[in-house]
Amino acid sequence: MTYSAPQSDATSSAVLVIEAGRTEAHYWRDLWRYRELLGFLAWRDVKVRYQQTLLGVGWAVIQPLASVAIFTFVFGQLAKMPKGNEPYFVIVLAGQLAWQLFANTIGNTSSSLLSSAQLISKVYFPRLIVPLSTVLVALVDFTVVLVIYAAVALWTGTLPGPNVLLLPVFIALTVLLAIGAGLWLAALTVRFRDFRILVPFLLQIGIFATPVGYQTNYLRSWRGILDFNPMTGVIDAFRWCLFKADAPFAWYSFSFSLAWTALLLASGVWYFRRTEKTFADDI
Amino acid sequence: MNETAIKAEGLSKLYRISHLAKQKTIRDAVHHGMRLLWRRLRWKAQLNREEFWAVRDVSFEVKPGEIVGIIGRNGAGKSTLLKLLSRITDPTAGRITLRGRVASLLEVGTGFHPELTGRDNIYLNGAIHGLRRSEIRQKFDQIVEFAEIGQFLDTQVKRYSSGMYVRLAFAVAAHLEPDVLIVDEVLAVGDAAFQKKCLGKIREVSTERGRSVLFVSHNLSSVRQLCTRAILLEKGSVVADGLPGAAIAAYMRRDGTKVDIRHIAGDGAARITALKVAGAEAVSPIFGEMRIEIQYEARAPAGSLEFFILIYADDGECVAASFQTDSSQRVAAGSGGGTISVSFRNPFAPGRYLVSAGIFDAYRQFHDWVEFAESFEVIPGFADGRAFDQRLGRVSLQAQWSP
Repeated sequence: MTYSAPQSDATSSAVLVIEAGRTEAHYWRDLWRYRELLGFLAWRDVKVRYQQTLLGVGWAVIQPLASVAIFTFVFGQLAKMPKGNEPYFVIVLAGQLAWQLFANTIGNTSSSLLSSAQLISKVYFPRLIVPLSTVLVALVDFTVVLVIYAAVALWTGTLPGPNVLLLPVFIALTVLLAIGAGLWLAALTVRFRDFRILVPFLLQIGIFATPVGYQTNYLRSWRGILDFNPMTGVIDAFRWCLFKADAPFAWYSFSFSLAWTALLLASGVWYFRRTEKTFADDI
Repeated sequence: MNETAIKAEGLSKLYRISHLAKQKTIRDAVHHGMRLLWRRLRWKAQLNREEFWAVRDVSFEVKPGEIVGIIGRNGAGKSTLLKLLSRITDPTAGRITLRGRVASLLEVGTGFHPELTGRDNIYLNGAIHGLRRSEIRQKFDQIVEFAEIGQFLDTQVKRYSSGMYVRLAFAVAAHLEPDVLIVDEVLAVGDAAFQKKCLGKIREVSTERGRSVLFVSHNLSSVRQLCTRAILLEKGSVVADGLPGAAIAAYMRRDGTKVDIRHIAGDGAARITALKVAGAEAVSPIFGEMRIEIQYEARAPAGSLEFFILIYADDGECVAASFQTDSSQRVAAGSGGGTISVSFRNPFAPGRYLVSAGIFDAYRQFHDWVEFAESFEVIPGFADGRAFDQRLGRVSLQAQWSP
């Protein structure tokens, strides 16, 4: 088989054979060929999101700040959870930073197929592009919160150590974890519409089952259960990056995060590809 | 060098329809599962499932430069066939070989986003159909010119009139320059002048560049004008494949046995509920008095109405038209419904004819259009008792002759 340069396949007389039940060998090449569509869809989502809403960027600021304020009040003031050297508000904001990226990515990817139903039933392209294209919006929102975090950190003097250089790695891990779960949920949503209601509900519960509003190192007794949550390790890692290391890196919970990510991503892609051929029939 | 552009071999698509409709929620799925289990336990092994072949064992080849029309009743499998060919859904059995780039236009403006400007949508739509940014940039000016939207290029598409929207959408599609173009019924929208332009573009793509076109339409006269070949589908299978005239004739013969109301266009604000040729047997001699009655109902949003009828010979050619405003007034708004009748002296040569009728709103946009909802027979004789004289001409003029 010869590999043709991307520019030439528009003019080449490539022969395409579609057969029942045969998974196409050129799926990944197709995905690569449609990479510009991925870019266009992502750019469309960002553009529409920020021009349609009245406050635009404002919402991306207000939403996380409001929940951080509530969490600080509930966990820090009412429940009097123990804290380390950092102000409680900053601890919660660091947790929120990771959680919001995770939750937004899952929320966007899982609903993406249904909201593109019209496109899916009328045009062919590798369907993976639809959930993947929604990730950019979540990343843009994340960037906004990251800027806020930087401002708050400077203002309160909670400056990170050299560990912060590893933050991009953990950001990537969060996105991959969320995509893995999101692919499952997106494909399942096409089949069972319940997931449209179930996903926001699970995410709502998830924020309490995840150490967003509290820190894990003060919860010895619950630790064992919390570690099963793949986001526990991720949020620990975020805080490890963002605070001057006063705790060792939580390898135990982080290994769970890594295992979950690998498992969900591999099985998510498998399930998505297995079902994508009938999306147009079910949607 | 005469390689086939499209080759379909034994193509089939099976849909399973569960009797409990579609299990769209988990509750339905659980309920359905329990019922099946219960039946099993009671030794009624019958699975409560219906299978339905939307496309069954379809084989054909399309050569470069051919324009093939696909015709058939609603539910004959036309759309499913196009979906298979454009890779939107997978076949249950069979094999498709496509040579070159395929662009399918199953709907006008797929993926248009109302919040984006015309310019943005051109790029987005191009990308959806697999064009590269550089290719779109190259053709950008041509697209804008073809769409005739000039000054509105940077206006959000949601502010466009429906005509502008359709023009822009088709313009992008027309410039995809694929090796195989698959078009579904998209030209039912848009004004007549633009439709003509689109048909011209399709013809140009095919004849000048040797591209193949697959074209589904209810509009038999555009199939007849445009296509070099037509395939008639019935219940998912090919029943005729040949020259458009022959396939259309086969369609009309098969179709004529069951006369029902089939709506092929319009928003439905006013609808035709029955179409009838007056008289017990719907037969008429040449120059005999004929009356066609159109029953309709109109909902509140419909304004004043204009009716029209079209009469087709049984080879699919539209041989006559009559519009209400040719000789009368429009039906005033708020009529709610009623019966309109059209009387004329039958000019047609002996044979079988089919009648279509429709309703326009004040801007000549369709409220409704029913195709072949009634038929009548012209017997070989004249109203004054003379026998038919084998004259030529599809119609006989009732002209005034002076010595």
